[in-house]
Amino acid sequence: MNDTPVVVAIVAGHGRFADGLVSAVDQITGRGAAFIPVSNTGLGPADIDALLTAALDRTGARVIFTDLPAGSCTMAARRVQRARSDVVLVTGANVAVLMEFLFAAEGPLGTPLAGLSAVAAIAETAAEKARLTLAVHGG
Amino acid sequence: MSLLLYRIDDRLIHGQVVVGWGQPLSLRFIVLVDDEVASSEWEQELYRMGVPPGMDVYFHTVAEMADAYASFANDARAGLLLVGSIETMQQLVQQHPDIRRVNIGGVHHAEGRLQRLRYVFLTHGEETALRDMQQHGVEVTAQDVPSTRPMPLDEVLTAHQDA
Repeated sequence: MNDTPVVVAIVAGHGRFADGLVSAVDQITGRGAAFIPVSNTGLGPADIDALLTAALDRTGARVIFTDLPAGSCTMAARRVQRARSDVVLVTGANVAVLMEFLFAAEGPLGTPLAGLSAVAAIAETAAEKARLTLAVHGG
Repeated sequence: MSLLLYRIDDRLIHGQVVVGWGQPLSLRFIVLVDDEVASSEWEQELYRMGVPPGMDVYFHTVAEMADAYASFANDARAGLLLVGSIETMQQLVQQHPDIRRVNIGGVHHAEGRLQRLRYVFLTHGEETALRDMQQHGVEVTAQDVPSTRPMPLDEVLTAHQDA
C-alpha cells in the first residue's frame, strides 16, 4: 500500500487561515495531508505566486482554495491560473468545502491535465454543498 | 474630502485597503499609481475585482499623475492614493510637494531587505528614500491597519524584527 498521501489541493489565505482549515480537516478526517497550506504572511505578491506555483508543481494538485474573493492570495492564484491553463480556483473556502472536495476527489483524481474538467466539476459540486453550511440560527 | 491616505503597499488593492481602511474612512475611490499595472488591461481587471461596488478605481502611470493629480486632490469624495513601492511614492512626492503624509502599509520580504516590522522589510536604498521624504517635510509613518498605532519613521528604522 502506498502511504504517501495524494495532495488534492493547495489552501491559501491570510495569517493562519490555511493552517487552521487544514488542521480542522485533519482532526475530523485524519486526511489533512491531502492539502498543502500556504500563508501570505510577510510575503509580497511575487513570493506568493512562487509558493503556489512550487506547491502545484511539487504535488501535481490542480486546485487552489483561497479565503477571500479578492485578497492577495486570490490575486496570486489568478495570476498563476493565467500563466498555466491547468488550475481551478475556489474562493471563500471553508472547512466544509475542503472536506466535500476531498471525499469526492479521492477516486477520480491523481490524473494529469486531461482530468481538469472533471476536477472543476468536482470543485463546483463541493462548493454548492458547502454554501449550504453558511447559515444563521437564532435571533 | 479628497485624498485622505497616501499609501505604500506592495499588495496594492487587497482586503486591508478596501475593508481595513475603506470602511472607517468611507473611501469612495482609489487611485492606483503603477506604471506596470497602468499598462496592463488584465492587471487592471484583476484589481477591479478587489474593489467593492460604490468604490471607483483609477489607474495611472507616474508620468500621467503630473497632470491627473490635481483632479484627485480636489475630488469631493474620500479617496486613497496607492502605490506599490517606495520608489514610486518618492517620485510622486517630488512631483507634488503638497503631499505631506505618507503611510507605509506593507513592503514585504525581498532579496536585500532587512525586516523592520512584521509588514515592513527595507533595503538600505529604500530607507534612504524614506528619510529623504521626511527631510523634505513629509510625515512618514508605518501603519498596516487603522486599529494599530502609526509608527513614526525614526522608530521604524531602529526596529529590528527576527523572521
